[in-house]
Amino acid sequence: MKLTLWTYEGPPHVGAMRVATAMKGLHYVLHAPQGDTYADLLFTMIERRDQRPPVTYTTFQARDLGGDTATLFKTACQDAVDRFQPEALIVGASCTAELIQDDPAGLAESMGLGLPVIALDLPSYQRKEGFGTDETFLQIVRHLAKPMARTEQITANLIGPTALGFRHRDDIVELTRLLADMGIGVNVVAPMGARPSDIARMGQAHFNVLMYPEHAETAARWMETNFKQPFTKIVPIGVGATHDFLAEVAAITGLPFKADTTRLRMPWWTRSVDSTYLTGKRVFIFGDGTHVAAAARIAREEMGFEVAGLGCYNREMARPIRALAKDYGIEALISDDYLEVEAAIEALQPEMILGTQMERHIGKRLGIPCAVISAPVHVQDFPARFSPQMGWEGANVIFDTWVHPLVMGLEEHLLHMFRDDFEFHDEAGASHHGGQHKPRDVSAEAAPAAAELVGSMPAEAAVATQGGQVIWLSDAENELKKIPFFVRGKARRNTEKFAEIKGVTAISAETLYEAKAHYAR
Amino acid sequence: MSAPLPTTGCTATPVLKQRGQREVFCGLTGIIWLHRKMQDAFFLVVGSRTCAHLLQSAAGVMIFAEPRFGTAILDEKDLAGLADAQTELDREVGRLLSRRPDIRQLFLVGSCPSEVIKLDLQRAAERMTARHAPHVRVLNYSGSGIETTFTQGEDACLASMVPSLPETAEKELLLVGALPDVVEDQALALLAAMGITRVRCLPARRSGDTPSVGPNTVFALSQPFLGDTHAALTRRGARHIPAAFPFGAEGTTLWLQAIADEFGVPADVFTAATAAPRARAEKAVAAVAQTLSGKSVFFFPDSQLEIPLARFLTRECGMTAIEVGTPFLHRDLMEQELALLAEGPVISEGQDVDLQLDRVRAARPDLTVCGLGLANPLEAEGLATKWAIELVFTPVHFYEQAADLAALFARPLRRRALLAPLAPQMEAAE
Repeated sequence: MKLTLWTYEGPPHVGAMRVATAMKGLHYVLHAPQGDTYADLLFTMIERRDQRPPVTYTTFQARDLGGDTATLFKTACQDAVDRFQPEALIVGASCTAELIQDDPAGLAESMGLGLPVIALDLPSYQRKEGFGTDETFLQIVRHLAKPMARTEQITANLIGPTALGFRHRDDIVELTRLLADMGIGVNVVAPMGARPSDIARMGQAHFNVLMYPEHAETAARWMETNFKQPFTKIVPIGVGATHDFLAEVAAITGLPFKADTTRLRMPWWTRSVDSTYLTGKRVFIFGDGTHVAAAARIAREEMGFEVAGLGCYNREMARPIRALAKDYGIEALISDDYLEVEAAIEALQPEMILGTQMERHIGKRLGIPCAVISAPVHVQDFPARFSPQMGWEGANVIFDTWVHPLVMGLEEHLLHMFRDDFEFHDEAGASHHGGQHKPRDVSAEAAPAAAELVGSMPAEAAVATQGGQVIWLSDAENELKKIPFFVRGKARRNTEKFAEIKGVTAISAETLYEAKAHYAR
Repeated sequence: MSAPLPTTGCTATPVLKQRGQREVFCGLTGIIWLHRKMQDAFFLVVGSRTCAHLLQSAAGVMIFAEPRFGTAILDEKDLAGLADAQTELDREVGRLLSRRPDIRQLFLVGSCPSEVIKLDLQRAAERMTARHAPHVRVLNYSGSGIETTFTQGEDACLASMVPSLPETAEKELLLVGALPDVVEDQALALLAAMGITRVRCLPARRSGDTPSVGPNTVFALSQPFLGDTHAALTRRGARHIPAAFPFGAEGTTLWLQAIADEFGVPADVFTAATAAPRARAEKAVAAVAQTLSGKSVFFFPDSQLEIPLARFLTRECGMTAIEVGTPFLHRDLMEQELALLAEGPVISEGQDVDLQLDRVRAARPDLTVCGLGLANPLEAEGLATKWAIELVFTPVHFYEQAADLAALFARPLRRRALLAPLAPQMEAAE
């Protein structure tokens, strides 16, 4: 038993729903109590889908438990087949139905429904959403895909995009273009947009592009073994990774490497002098393993950031993410406990967070800017515009997205120089973010304690009360307040660390500047 | 102005009952508003990852301060009996209470899995109360989907509080139902203007204000879904004041009138207290009703507010009800409402969502009131919708909110009219 306040991943049957909802002509009959239907709103509200997910829930109630829930399940299967006439059915149980052990698989198979019935065994009390997507897609491929002659043209299957994914819709478009540039066609995209009859012909592709290992790695391995289809290991997010991906595709197909970068602006945007201020910005990266690994590489090699911390919530990716962190000289945080992630961010005081919607809220609380790089995502992470993460356009989008939450370079300096200006001050926030303008309360000037309440980061108070051995003398406190808000937390943390190293117990303005010199770069 | 009383209401209308998929929330959802109402209470769901995911998805805009609710997620060890779930629960609660010393009331909330494995939360609550008294009181109720639908979670929560309320012999009015503070204050002010000042609220904002109950307690329900709480209070000797529910100018007046009659408030005092806000409400509703008048409405079952709201929309806003679905029809509490609702609409209880969708598609109402899972798909089919969940998250009771309530229904229609020039492009984009 573990106390959870917020979860990064839902239960595994929600993963199965993400696969079912992404596909067409497939229906999911889910043995589940009433209430589990809440999952529909994830798709209709967060993703703004204009159709109900293709899911029929049995919605049994307490009074059914003594009676015949098995018949209820069979009726639901028959009704779903009659009404929706799917090409194939997937059947399974949610956490509660797992406990009553009705065996949906056996029941559905015994009915002779006249269509493929794919049984899902998703252990709700052990596994989570990511396992649900991966396992469901594997079972669909295993049941429906057959060995076939390869297509005449070199083609690939794009596998892994699901409903509720982070920019999956647009990544497909970008990847299709990248492959087309090399003369490679797309055989099947799955699960997103595929019908069961499309799954059946996946064996025709020459290889698989594994877009999101979280959702399709097991299926990729199964097809490698059974259809002798190699699959790509590099996820093309970022300029470097996209180049490497195209080289990998060239090696798999024997086609010449070709990268048409006419659409790529990101390298110039990041080299142009305006971006100098990005140098060495300390970032904390958290999300699913795949997006975190990609973001870490972009952060260090393409944006010139310093990766101060990284981690992932999906334990399936713990090993590669730990190895990656080692390469960055840091310890990876593998956790799905959001309080733990918040504590790590609070302790590290990064200048920016690259995370999920959870970290966006943590950032809001701590006053640290955040850009979203990974699921779980919220309604604002499903933009109307084309905004992939993969390929050349993805790199352009990532540059814009990551820079947007930051205070711009020259503005940083101005804030530093004219911090006492009544409207262009410290607590006003980045000027291009609307609605944040807060004229400084003049009375706050007279009461420094109040000023601290208005504009400070909660982290400061936490640090100040922590331990309690190091005290800040008033001259140092005043000096600290002159430092702009977006670096103040770091300055405080560095100074305290420096004081600790030097065995200083009372921090003066002198200590602050010695620390500044010590950490200069 | 309200319509004249119907000669035949819906009291004798046969109720359509169908069994099939029910597209509804479970009772856990009530925690989203209950934990905001009771400021020193914590709601600990004993359940699965699904429960935690539901709460976070239903919360929508996440309350990202550390919330006063959480889920103790059962894992395999608990289910296989390898770990004693009761011991595990003690440990988690101990940890929680030591981290949150501000918590004075803890609700252990049962879920589908905890009910199916028959985890005895009553015993757990008694044991924990003994351990943590007097600082923390531990109660339990079930918000499971196999037993409760959406707002029934609040009913179960309030009902669980009733047996341990202190006894009193005073003649007091108990106001029952979790209302937003601003609305509750308005209700208290209206009652005070009539000279009724011995009023207590269930739930109280803080545990220190917990009301007492006894044979001289009379109670008024502000929400229509409080059947179990009604029964629990009756068992304590309290007496219900039956009335229509305080939605709209008419509902509010009838509700206040019933209380005034109980307390022997003179007619002139009643009029003095209610005339001005009532006139204000009627005027404001009439302005919004211009958008709603002559339009038809179809309710999917959701919160048990459907019948009172249909009464409000038909009698004060000039709408026609085609179907009024409710997850559960509590006849005793709905008696006045059904009598006021003019004959005509289908009254349905429970749900087979696919069949109900067939009916709504055939009827093509001007406005469909439904859950979040159905709203966008129906909009895509060209039907204007109002998400029902907003009706329990928004202040909608009493005179000053009557027009806000009407506006919640008018907004989707006004928006459709505003966007009408875009409509051809929208079709083309599909």
